[in-house]
Amino acid sequence: MAVITYLEAIRQALFDEMARDERVFVLGEDVGVYGGAFKVTEGLQAQFGGARVIDTPISETAIVGSAIGASYMGMRPVAEVQFIDFIACAFDMLTNFAATSRYRNGAGVPIVVRGPCGGGVGGGPFHSLNPESFFLNTPGLKMVEPSTAHDAKGLLKAAIRDDDPVLYFEHKYLYRRIKDEVPEDDYVVPIGKAAIRREGADLSIITFGAMVYTALDAAGRLADAGVQAEVLDLRSLAPLDREAILQTVAKTSRAVLLHEATMTGGIGGELAAIIGEEAFEYLDAPVVRVASVDTPVPYSPPLEAAFLPSVEKVVAAAKRLVEY
Amino acid sequence: MYYFARLARDIEERLVILFRQSKVIGGLYRSLGQEGESVATAYALRRTDAILPLIRNMGALMTMGVRPKEIFLQYMAKAESNSRGRDLNIHVVNLPADGEEQPVIVGPISMLGDSIPVAAGIALGARMRGRDLVAMAWIGDGATSTGAFHEGLNFAAVQKIPLVVVAEDNKYAYSTPIEKQMAITRIDERAAAYGIPHEMVDGNDMLAVYDVAKRLVDRAREGGGAALIGIDTMRMQGHAQHDDARYVPKPLLEEWAAKDPIARYSRWLVETGVAAKQELDDIDAMTKSYAAEEARLAEESPMPDPATVARGVYAGDDFATPRVELVKSPFAGS
Repeated sequence: MAVITYLEAIRQALFDEMARDERVFVLGEDVGVYGGAFKVTEGLQAQFGGARVIDTPISETAIVGSAIGASYMGMRPVAEVQFIDFIACAFDMLTNFAATSRYRNGAGVPIVVRGPCGGGVGGGPFHSLNPESFFLNTPGLKMVEPSTAHDAKGLLKAAIRDDDPVLYFEHKYLYRRIKDEVPEDDYVVPIGKAAIRREGADLSIITFGAMVYTALDAAGRLADAGVQAEVLDLRSLAPLDREAILQTVAKTSRAVLLHEATMTGGIGGELAAIIGEEAFEYLDAPVVRVASVDTPVPYSPPLEAAFLPSVEKVVAAAKRLVEY
Repeated sequence: MYYFARLARDIEERLVILFRQSKVIGGLYRSLGQEGESVATAYALRRTDAILPLIRNMGALMTMGVRPKEIFLQYMAKAESNSRGRDLNIHVVNLPADGEEQPVIVGPISMLGDSIPVAAGIALGARMRGRDLVAMAWIGDGATSTGAFHEGLNFAAVQKIPLVVVAEDNKYAYSTPIEKQMAITRIDERAAAYGIPHEMVDGNDMLAVYDVAKRLVDRAREGGGAALIGIDTMRMQGHAQHDDARYVPKPLLEEWAAKDPIARYSRWLVETGVAAKQELDDIDAMTKSYAAEEARLAEESPMPDPATVARGVYAGDDFATPRVELVKSPFAGS
């Protein structure tokens, strides 16, 4: 096993899947000659040619729309959205066309739409978004967001092989900061399965993406204070691993829901509802959300730091629950 | 072509009866006056090509061989309809496997314009799979104002995709006249910015429409890339049956009524001796009784079981299959 970055793991998954299955192809803005704005697709066009690694116009509706059409013909398109914020430009194609297609006429849409999400890099309002809850209310879509290089590769492979449309959110803060052991052999991380990143008996921090590291740092600090926090990495946001969520809450009786998207209408609300409906008897304290402030994503570093969830905010929320 | 146009009209007339009996669920959208161009454009395709019709392209669906019963099942929201009662009217999908002698059919969604990028993707995907296929997508004058139309057409142009777009100027988008839709007078000029061939044709002259369509379809098949046909025609009724279209000036309707495409084509057939009046009358009787019989069969079909409501959202339970029943016309091969 080699230690590689989160970004390299994504690239490996693309290389592997394109070599494994000739129906897989990549399309998006600057993905070919340039290798993508973040160099995720670097070398792909040299290896597989311009017909399978397509540089498109700046046209998210055409990118996703033509991916849908090609999937009807048996292809397995992987569409890159240069910054995931721009997925809003293809919102109609995803929510109205792709998500409903199988339900309407039995026509599956096996496409992957992937792109860099998340803040912490001074990207401002249009290069920092976490759009998962835009799509959470749309049956027919699947969504994943890996936190490790291992999962980045395994989840992308699973997404490409999935028979339904999968939105694959890759956190740009993790691209080159995270490295871990990734098998060279073929493997998938199944969609819909969460992973426990740290065991603990006193409270659960349920999170995903880059916030897994915020949660782990907070858990370290809490341990210094004698509180053992469990960290659950959801990995898949649709479908959610309800069993893993309910298990950890049953074990610890306290839950902090942590996500980088803004608070109101975020996925934390859905998680709280699941816990409230199905694990109420286990709870010893209120369910608490820690999320970004309800504003657009601000640009200047001190503002963005105030906007994003922090280790301090998570520790404070956890302490409130433990002392409840 | 005469048979398909007649059949399209008779199906819709039968649907009007069913609509008045409250057996059609939701709206009913007529293509009265547009059956000719719809048939004549699709007639330029091969049976294995792809079509992306809109609500007023009943003629294209008939030309590609969709069994009329499929249309009635859809309009009456029946359990055995192509969408299993989940979606409306002509929103049907047929996705044959490679090598099957069947058309690809992808019905519209109500966000008109979205069909164009999807059509581009179908033709692109077919090309990648080595499948000989031309995609034809119809679009109304109103929907040519959407971003999806422009993005799809531009992408198809850049990629030299075998896509023929049929842009139908039927003078009104719901109640909005064309001059409030675009500042150009010829709808085919929408394509000028994308560097692809575009031609305007009298949409009520079926032979003229067929000629243009055949030329541009053949060109696309030979690798010439995307093209757009502008159709000059008239929507002879309201947007849907509930709409009395009082916003349309009467003289305009009278002018176009005199140019009815089916009457015009039948006159030409008789005058040139291609068909005898009696033969056409026989076809009229045939399509009328066929439409009535197909409607009757569809009426007998059950409504969906409410217990199935949550099925088929994701892969795995194989609830619906993207297949419609196809039939050969009685004149096939002649």
